[in-house]
Amino acid sequence: MTTRTTKAPGQVAGGVGDSPLRPDGVAKLKGEFEYASDLVSEGMLWGATTRSPHAHARIVSLDIAPALAIGGVHAVLTADDVPGSALFGLEHPDQPVLAGELVRYWGEPVAIVAAEDEDTARRAADAIAVVYEELEPFVDPLEADAAEAVFRRMQIRRGDQDAVGTVIVEGFYEVGMQDQAPLGPEAGLAVPDGQGGVDLYATSQFVHVDQEQVVASLGLRPEQVRSHPAGIGGAFGAREDVNLHIHLCMLALHTGQPVKMVYDRGESFTGHVHRHPALMWYRHEADDDGRLVRVEARIVIDGGAYASTTSAVLANACYFAVGPYRCDSVAIDGAGTRTNNPPCGAMRGFGAVQVCVAYEAQMDRLAAELGLDPLEIRRRNALATGDVLATTGQRIDTPLPVVDVIDSLAAMPITEPPATPLPGGSGLTSEPGHVRRGVGYAIGIKNLGFSEGFDDFAQARVRLTDEGAVVETAAIEVGQGLVTVLAQLARSGLGLSRASVRHVDTSQIDSAGSTSASRQTQISGGATLEAATTLRRRILERHDGDDLDDDGVWRDGELVIPMSVVVDESWEETVTFRHPATERPDDDGQGFVHADFAVAGHRAVVDVDPELGLVSVVRVDTAQDVGKALHPQSVRGQIEGGILQGVGLAVMEELVMEGGVIKNPTFTDYLLPTILDAPAVEALLIEQDGSWGPFGAKGVGEPPTISSTSAVLAAIRDATGKPITRAPVRPQDIAL
Amino acid sequence: MIVTFTLNGESANARVEKPLSLLDLLHDELGLPGSKAACEQGECGSCSVILDGQLVCSCLVLAADVEGSEVTTVEGVAGDDVLNGVQQAMHEAGAVQCGFCTPGIVVAATDLFARNPRPDLSEIKEALAGNICRCTGYGAIIRALEGLAGRP
Repeated sequence: MTTRTTKAPGQVAGGVGDSPLRPDGVAKLKGEFEYASDLVSEGMLWGATTRSPHAHARIVSLDIAPALAIGGVHAVLTADDVPGSALFGLEHPDQPVLAGELVRYWGEPVAIVAAEDEDTARRAADAIAVVYEELEPFVDPLEADAAEAVFRRMQIRRGDQDAVGTVIVEGFYEVGMQDQAPLGPEAGLAVPDGQGGVDLYATSQFVHVDQEQVVASLGLRPEQVRSHPAGIGGAFGAREDVNLHIHLCMLALHTGQPVKMVYDRGESFTGHVHRHPALMWYRHEADDDGRLVRVEARIVIDGGAYASTTSAVLANACYFAVGPYRCDSVAIDGAGTRTNNPPCGAMRGFGAVQVCVAYEAQMDRLAAELGLDPLEIRRRNALATGDVLATTGQRIDTPLPVVDVIDSLAAMPITEPPATPLPGGSGLTSEPGHVRRGVGYAIGIKNLGFSEGFDDFAQARVRLTDEGAVVETAAIEVGQGLVTVLAQLARSGLGLSRASVRHVDTSQIDSAGSTSASRQTQISGGATLEAATTLRRRILERHDGDDLDDDGVWRDGELVIPMSVVVDESWEETVTFRHPATERPDDDGQGFVHADFAVAGHRAVVDVDPELGLVSVVRVDTAQDVGKALHPQSVRGQIEGGILQGVGLAVMEELVMEGGVIKNPTFTDYLLPTILDAPAVEALLIEQDGSWGPFGAKGVGEPPTISSTSAVLAAIRDATGKPITRAPVRPQDIAL
Repeated sequence: MIVTFTLNGESANARVEKPLSLLDLLHDELGLPGSKAACEQGECGSCSVILDGQLVCSCLVLAADVEGSEVTTVEGVAGDDVLNGVQQAMHEAGAVQCGFCTPGIVVAATDLFARNPRPDLSEIKEALAGNICRCTGYGAIIRALEGLAGRP
């Protein structure tokens, strides 16, 4: 007989609050982890894509004969060969699977080929003779706005529209087009099942919505298409939309053979959506104490050629246009325009990033007008639980520690990190005596999970096996550590130390929703925890036990059923988890639109060479509202990674456009932060109970990117005295 | 032509009939998928290997040029161990997220520690300046390698 004291659930080794090692870490470190680009299959063909060299053109003729004449080419497909719906789209199906009559952006697919090897496939794709009649590209978002070429308009009106303050600041702000630049390229393998159906293994953030779009465009029944989670090399929003998925399935079904496709880097830059560039006009009015009286804004984001998620990004930009601040008189007008620029959609922060650049600059200008400290003006206006969001009027009923974030930043000492490079780095171009230091602050807010009445749910299944608990899910691991945290939640919920995550395809489980909106830890995590705790309760009820651990079921301090017997009883529990229901806004943008919020603040320290216009970001410290840190090491990883993407947007990352053509679609010309550009980071996690995520956890992926950009811009303003109204800041914005 | 070289300590040969990069030879022909193609132009370091003692981007090396050379890829850095010191330190520090850059960083850091077992922060940054990581912000990678170097 074994006797021991009872322990509380949640304390199991490797449970929540610990930072267990990643289960896929060893494979990734050894180069053995299988990414979508590593997949192979017996008898596999290679696919390639013919893309438009013009941003706007009419297809006069398209001759596939030269491609078919190349030995080893098995198929050449065009718009005429799309068996089902000619259009696809994440929210609104408006994008041709293959362009037929018109091409609307540079790099738009017009034909696809399958051949015996990759070189032949690419050569065949180049050999297709397409005659275009070039049309004037329509690329100015303001002209599009004026011409009513918009995917969505948003109007938010709240409070007394005649309210006036005593201090007024107005400004115009601009954010360039950022790319997610995940290191892993778009890739996939489609395998025909021999019965008219297909199995797809491709880069994705949301396999169920890929599957729906493949089914529609291939004209198949849902059960004929299975979309499988595949190894992903980063995502950051770039993998929410379909790109090669439908093409691969068309080629596989047409040839009857497995077909693989991997985009090269140039294609990747055209093959996924980007962060929306934004133009923003702001007017803030405050009273003599610096309290906001009225905020007016006009926000234009360019959605490019097709809808993607522009509607939702625009809505987010408008909903968070005031930031984490109280204000009772608000007027926001937004437009998401349609042009011949590349389609824009999801990227980490999803609309909240762009407006933060503007509203935080405005807050600093108000502070300067009033002679207030930048943190003090933010403290005086800080939203708190029980307040209403300035835009939607929705009462905030979950923890929102804006003041704690501000106070934490104020209390963090600024330390000098070792080995700080001068602006210009190892080029040693800066004269040390001319370098000026600046410090800037910014606070950002964003919704967690899907908003505006979207039925946001995730299904997870927990099974008990002789290898421990197994969590089955279609929620995509993109690198963030979902495979670790779901296993932790299963351990804590069951009280068992062995748990793992098994990815299953769309036929084996219901949707987990997208790995986006910082939502999977809360929503797939919520489903996992509920399944695990329910399973534990059922097992204890069945055996009249009072505790369950790795040994089995206990009653009054005695082991009554060994685990081997429990496992043989085939326990499993499937749970679909939903966050609190939200609603669509009314015509004035009012309503309970969001299920939860997170806030983070950043303090940036920069060194600027004002003559060369070069910036070195010395450190970015942060305080972040995380609810509960389920895996503190991974939370820190999200914070540091998110901050560096924010720093990238502040000082270097921009897709440079010319007439709708991306001028820098390479890693040589699209600058990404290296280890020499990475600032020192001190992160303070603010934990508070009360959110609806598992153990009160909030999503942590996006908040680090929202205000880190703005904090760096504020620090550059502090160092230079220049207005700095644009991200990324360019040398000429500082030096001229 | 047949290219004969030493790959991770063992003799290897491959038929090379086109202008193939060393990366494509390793990844597509020799079944070593650890070296990753991410930029195809020597900017990101995801395909880093050690060629005759020099850290190189295998996407920039012609396969035909490795005749008679010694090549070490991520698959070879740990020898008979599951993980080498760099890999173990990175694993424990949470320095792996999506992992696509990880093999290249492992190779570059292994090369650094072979030359300099106690690098300081500047030396670590300089050694990894050719490896882009899009996920981690480099913080956990630095903590891993500073720890391995016996530095705080």
